[in-house]
Amino acid sequence: MNPRNSIRGRLFLQLVGVAALLSLAFFLVVRGVAERAAEGTQDDILLASATAIADSLRSEDGQVTLDLPYSALSMLGTISDDRVFYRVVSAGDTLTGYADLPLADPAPTLGNPAFSTLVYRGDEVRAAAVVRAVGPATDSQAVIVSVAQTRLGLAAISRRITTTATGVGIGFFLLATLLSLWASHLALRPIVRMTNSVARRGPQDLRAVPSDPPEELAPLVEALNSFMARLSASLSRTEDFIAEAAHRVRTPLATVRAQAELTHRKLTKPEHKQAVREMIRAIDESSRSAGQMLDHAMVTFRADALAQDELDLAALMNEVCDRLAPTADLKDITIKRALPDAPVAFKGDGILLQAALQNILDNAIKYSSEDSTITASVTVASDLHLSFSDQGRGLDGIDISELTTRFNRGSNADDVVGSGLGLTIADEVARAHGGQLKIVPNDKGVGACVSLTLPR
Amino acid sequence: MRFLLIEDNAKLARAVVERLQLDGHAVDHADRLEVAENFISVADYDLILLDIMLPDGDGRTFLQQQRQREKRTPVIVTTARSAVSDRISLLDLGADDYITKPFDFAELEARCRAVLRRQGGAADNRTSFAGTILDSTTAELKFGDHSIDLRNRELRLLEVFFGAPGQVFSKSHLMDRLFSFSDEASENAIEVYVARLRKRLEGSGARIETVRGLGYRMVAA
Repeated sequence: MNPRNSIRGRLFLQLVGVAALLSLAFFLVVRGVAERAAEGTQDDILLASATAIADSLRSEDGQVTLDLPYSALSMLGTISDDRVFYRVVSAGDTLTGYADLPLADPAPTLGNPAFSTLVYRGDEVRAAAVVRAVGPATDSQAVIVSVAQTRLGLAAISRRITTTATGVGIGFFLLATLLSLWASHLALRPIVRMTNSVARRGPQDLRAVPSDPPEELAPLVEALNSFMARLSASLSRTEDFIAEAAHRVRTPLATVRAQAELTHRKLTKPEHKQAVREMIRAIDESSRSAGQMLDHAMVTFRADALAQDELDLAALMNEVCDRLAPTADLKDITIKRALPDAPVAFKGDGILLQAALQNILDNAIKYSSEDSTITASVTVASDLHLSFSDQGRGLDGIDISELTTRFNRGSNADDVVGSGLGLTIADEVARAHGGQLKIVPNDKGVGACVSLTLPR
Repeated sequence: MRFLLIEDNAKLARAVVERLQLDGHAVDHADRLEVAENFISVADYDLILLDIMLPDGDGRTFLQQQRQREKRTPVIVTTARSAVSDRISLLDLGADDYITKPFDFAELEARCRAVLRRQGGAADNRTSFAGTILDSTTAELKFGDHSIDLRNRELRLLEVFFGAPGQVFSKSHLMDRLFSFSDEASENAIEVYVARLRKRLEGSGARIETVRGLGYRMVAA
């Protein structure tokens, strides 16, 4: 399945793409929020610690004193084993703590603590600074308390959060992929259902597609249905037209032929008789061609969707012989039947087989000399053979494969009325049934044997 | 034979009637089913020739009605349509045979004879001359205690002679009766068939005589 050419593939890929983007965004947001939360916690503790130190500042005789509360620093130990630094500055002098701890930048003001991230002694530290006015209101001093802590614990927390967020992101992505697969399958189910219902029909089934299509497909289904309706109407119009055309052409031809026969009877001069005789032959030829072309069109039409009737080939052969016996009788030709007594079962299109056998027998009668015999036989071997063997002019010097080509007639057939479609029809019927038409010269050198071989 | 022709095309009907009469048949013509019903109720026919497309109905309906009748007259459908399936459905509906327009009258006659023979010789189609009987339906020649089966061409040739005993028929006339338009036959072929008929008639009361320069005629032996 080429994903570029499959709706399901495209839908799936797009859903997976969206899931990947969402997973990434989810990962980034979770990590960001968690890190900010951890950072916020550290800031709060640093501020609380600085405030606690500031709270213990005293002013005695204009001197600022500090009794460093232990709890102020021990609360910082709750996060992790990070090192803690502090510095209390009063009027530019370091009162206590690490004198080289940089002061926060920007500097804190009264009531506004300042937070900053600095590098101190080779480590990244986070620092919080508060300002406190110490001493009597008239002569107070601004004292800055700065508390800093390394961020190793925070980095560990951040790593843990990243790992978790990555895991959740991947899990989300995998789940989303599975859901995409399911969703794309589900979304396409109505299409698959429709495709199946269309694919199941035979080529002759031109009824409207009955399934209730999804809204998006309704225009397509409507177009398909209206196309099928038009096709079906046009096919039945074509059939009606052919029948009507045949009627219109044949009825006046019948009048002309009947009149010509009458005239032929009444004429006495041989040259006049010959002229009318040629007229009648021309009429016969055109009517025969028209008939065989219609038969040929019918064969092509029916061969596409072969009927599977339960047939008895022996009975079928009998019917065909019955049908053409009067025609053979006119030339004193005897049709000998060598048929098995038991029915010969075969599944196929009875109308087509009848057309094929009639064409073969009709051909045999046409090319047989008067007073001769045609043998119709049905034999059951590994295949089924339906054959007509005649004592006619045979196939002297004729390319047999050419006889079954459309409008091709044997080179020794000039004096017989024909269209060159008879054996083509038989050949096509045989092939539609998975069999073949065989034309072989007779053993004794007189006539030919034309047989329809069908698989059992 | 007595025919009922049901055909709405007037020109075609006239030609068919005339052509059948030429061979000695009696023909009534109905151009609608209604007229045909009237004919059938008052006369007996050996055969009905039925066109399928008619102004006052479908010939197929008529076929089905005919089938239900007690005394059933055989029907040969003359159809201008030619799809094989169409023709087969006609037989299923009860037609005894069909012939596609335009048709050869010799073939029509052969089909009529075949249908009548299948029906068991319902029609009385015997002609006799000088103690010799020709049965067209069974294709038999009978005289004394002889009964001879005739081949188709022998029968048709004898029909000509039995139709008008004593009359001289030219070779070319006999050829017209005997050979179809697609056969290339020479006048010698007639001599061959006449020779055969003479053999068939040996021992009967009739014989065929050569009238030099004119043709042949049948006379009492």
